Amino acid sequence: MRMDLQTEIIVENLNLYYGKKKALNNVSLSIPENKVTALIGPSGCGKSTFLRTLNRMNDLIEGVKIEGTVLFDDRNIYDNSVDVVELRKRIGMIFQKSNPFPKSIYENVAFGPKINGVSNKSQLDEIVEQSLIRSALWDEVKDDLNKSGLALSGGQQQRLCIARALAVNPEVLLMDEPASALDPISTTKIEDLIYELKKKYTIIIVTHNMQQAARVSDFTAFFYMGDLIEFTDTRKMFTAPDLKQTEDYIRGRFG
Amino acid sequence: MNNKILGKSIVAVSALAVIMIVSALLFILLEIYLGGRSVLSWQFLTGNPTEGMTEGGIFPAIVGTVLLVLIMSVACVPIGTITAIYLNEYASKKSFFTKMIRFAVNTLSGVPAIVFGLFGLGFFIQFIGTEMDRMFSADGSLLWGQPNILWASLTMALLTIPVVIVSVEESLKTVPNDLRGGGYALGATKWQVIRKIVIPNSISGILTGSILAIGRGAGEVAPILFTGVAYFLPHLPEKLSDQFMNLGYHIYVMATQSPDVEATKSIQYATAFVLLACTFSLSFIAIIIRYQFRKKIKE
Amino acid sequence: MQKKNGNTNSLDRKFRLSEFLSEYIIKTVAFSSFAIIILIFVFVFKEAAPIFFPKEKKAETSQFLQSETYGEEPGTEQPENSLELYSSYTPSHDVASFKNLTGKNWQPVGEEPKYGVLPLIIGSLKVTVLAILFGAPIAILAAIFSALFAPKGLREIIKPIIELLASFPSVVIGFFALVTLATVLQNIFGYSYRLNAFVGGLAMALAVIPIVYTVTEDALTAIPKYMSEASLALGATKWQTALFVVMPAATPGIFAALLLGFGRAFGETMIVLMATGNAPLSTFNIFEPVRTMSATIGAEMAEVVFGDTHYTVLFFIGASLFVVTFAINAIAEFYVRTKLMKRFRGE
Ligand SMILES: Nc1ncnc2c1ncn2[C@@H]1O[C@H](COP(=O)(O)OP(=O)(O)O)[C@@H](O)[C@H]1O
Ligand SMILES: [Mg+2]
Repeated sequence: MRMDLQTEIIVENLNLYYGKKKALNNVSLSIPENKVTALIGPSGCGKSTFLRTLNRMNDLIEGVKIEGTVLFDDRNIYDNSVDVVELRKRIGMIFQKSNPFPKSIYENVAFGPKINGVSNKSQLDEIVEQSLIRSALWDEVKDDLNKSGLALSGGQQQRLCIARALAVNPEVLLMDEPASALDPISTTKIEDLIYELKKKYTIIIVTHNMQQAARVSDFTAFFYMGDLIEFTDTRKMFTAPDLKQTEDYIRGRFG
Repeated sequence: MNNKILGKSIVAVSALAVIMIVSALLFILLEIYLGGRSVLSWQFLTGNPTEGMTEGGIFPAIVGTVLLVLIMSVACVPIGTITAIYLNEYASKKSFFTKMIRFAVNTLSGVPAIVFGLFGLGFFIQFIGTEMDRMFSADGSLLWGQPNILWASLTMALLTIPVVIVSVEESLKTVPNDLRGGGYALGATKWQVIRKIVIPNSISGILTGSILAIGRGAGEVAPILFTGVAYFLPHLPEKLSDQFMNLGYHIYVMATQSPDVEATKSIQYATAFVLLACTFSLSFIAIIIRYQFRKKIKE
Repeated sequence: MQKKNGNTNSLDRKFRLSEFLSEYIIKTVAFSSFAIIILIFVFVFKEAAPIFFPKEKKAETSQFLQSETYGEEPGTEQPENSLELYSSYTPSHDVASFKNLTGKNWQPVGEEPKYGVLPLIIGSLKVTVLAILFGAPIAILAAIFSALFAPKGLREIIKPIIELLASFPSVVIGFFALVTLATVLQNIFGYSYRLNAFVGGLAMALAVIPIVYTVTEDALTAIPKYMSEASLALGATKWQTALFVVMPAATPGIFAALLLGFGRAFGETMIVLMATGNAPLSTFNIFEPVRTMSATIGAEMAEVVFGDTHYTVLFFIGASLFVVTFAINAIAEFYVRTKLMKRFRGE
């Protein structure tokens, strides 16, 4: 990893169990700030699980046990003294299946600020507008902010979810296959958006699409059966990976 | 060939069973309507009984029933809703505490109505009421230690809590987990997720549960027999410590204990019709809401 | 370093009062269902306790008396006075105990009250069994029709209609039985008592049908599709599949439905109170009047004197109803939980 990069999150010796089943095996890696890190690997290898450990969404699943440390802002986020609600405000998440609330577009975006105590109408308007602009949705919805979020198309819904996450003003965005259910045009829009967003945010994106990983990411981590196999510069990963296993996987997926 | 006949007859017999049930239902409805038709009128609903109950209306019984179910709802809807929220949102499925509560709810829904009546008498009146009198009444007069509309409503609430729980829980289960996750990922606390995402999405279940509970409470008589109902009262209930009249009880007493049962036949039928119309339309509304809701979920 | 964006909230754990309170309150309220069950158990049994501990109760009562008399409310309910009044003409052997309960006669009022509960038990069983015999076959057949044979549209009409039957108040069913059914049946069968176990059982069937139907229907529709599809794929007809594949798989559910129906009928009060004639007879003739346990409580509790033997015995009957229905429901639940679910997992 290049030395001039700041690290945002440092994961050390992370193990995760669903009950007795081990899903992550001694994973260590450092995620650079204001870059896009892609997580790739065959389905079921633990990409989503790993992503969820970064904002402790796994806490919501019964029977999950976690060992190791995840350092963020100089704190181990699994330390008892860390407030998971505050953590999630700073590390936002976009899900594979877009999940707008059954509320208006405006209310969807305003949800985060509101629960954070913003009640001033003009302030909320401002946040909603800025978030929608940053998620490249503003022009399409600015005239019907009171329309239900569910009335939007799939790609728009996903961008609404991104706007919703941005409205909380996080530092990190976790994206779990955000474009996997979308058509090519929407996918392109999301990819362009990611490119824009990395100027301000650290982004970690799970994808099963090698081209996408190659296009949008700066660094790539390859997972296989719960192990982190290789983590390096994306260009290097896709041209000359260190390990044969990585090469085989990427070949296979490209081929 | 033989097989075919057998198959056809099985289908026919089972269809016949449905027809029998439906026609029994229609027959009862029709019979009760026809029996009471002659006295059913606006005056019947809004008038007081006259001529020693052999004539006049059933207004006080309607008011008593409405008050009963309202006070009951104040108790059973929040308790039932909150319990359902606990079971579906907070409880870990395997914990002993959860299993205990589930078991209690199941048990509660199987307790016979008359046992609730006994409990209301033994607990609310004899225990709580008597203690309250001991503490508050200076002259030792009996106020809370006797049957009244509050004790009757609370007794009825115990019976209807499971109705609310079942209905609310069903609707909580239909709130997709994705939505909860979406809330948590934005840094919402558990209570915020419940209040702003889960509850707004299960309003219809809370509504259905309340309506079903009200329908049930309006129709049950056994729990109030010795906890507060009266056959005839010159005044409408004004305080929680007053007794009250009730549609179901009215039917029961008029049909079995009044000196001249024949003279009040039409009033009995008409009262039964009014009660049936209430409970029927309530559960009809509940079914419609539920049906609409299920359709919405499927879309 | 200077962050370009991001809220700079510290990650320190915060105490959130609303969070703490809401969880605490919700948990406490949820616990109330359990508390209610315990309270029902305690208070119903407490009032019935003298049956189990005749002597201790006496001591308790006298203590109670003293505190009452020394209290400031001489005019408040007067269990002691009434008890004495009552016992002034009640023979001294009138003490609630198991011995008095096993008699064949129920005559709680009079010179020499008798509290034999046998006729009441017979009455309850008679009506309940009749209700199941009349109601269950119809309910199960109807469930088979709507779950297995009816086209989807029809099913969605049948189900709510039968659910509507469940919303009939039992006092209305009792009333219908009393004024209409009883007369019709007497004209048909020509027996001598207009109100009897037969009328009560038939009326009770109307209360039993919805519950048996609903539970059976649920059990039948819960059978995984692959089971019936496999059978259909082998060339079995729809009714053969229903009869030989789906029905056997659903038997535990149907059994549970029967148990729940039994519990419902056994505890029901208003229907029997109005339709059975209420004579405490110990016969097995279904055309004679009967008096059930629940009806006895319903009819007599309002008139008894608090704390006396009759009162105690009525509570004892209530406690028995509670225990019986409790046991029946627990068994039914056990059947659904373990047996039925096990089968669906394919064993
Ligand atoms: N909630 C869960 N409970 C139990 N096992 C799970 C759960 N979620 C994922 N797993 C298991 O953990 C492994 C990794 O899953 P996941 O992280 O979803 O993989 P990916 O996102 O790479 O496809 C899989 O074997 C999966 O079956
Ligand atoms: Mg995944």
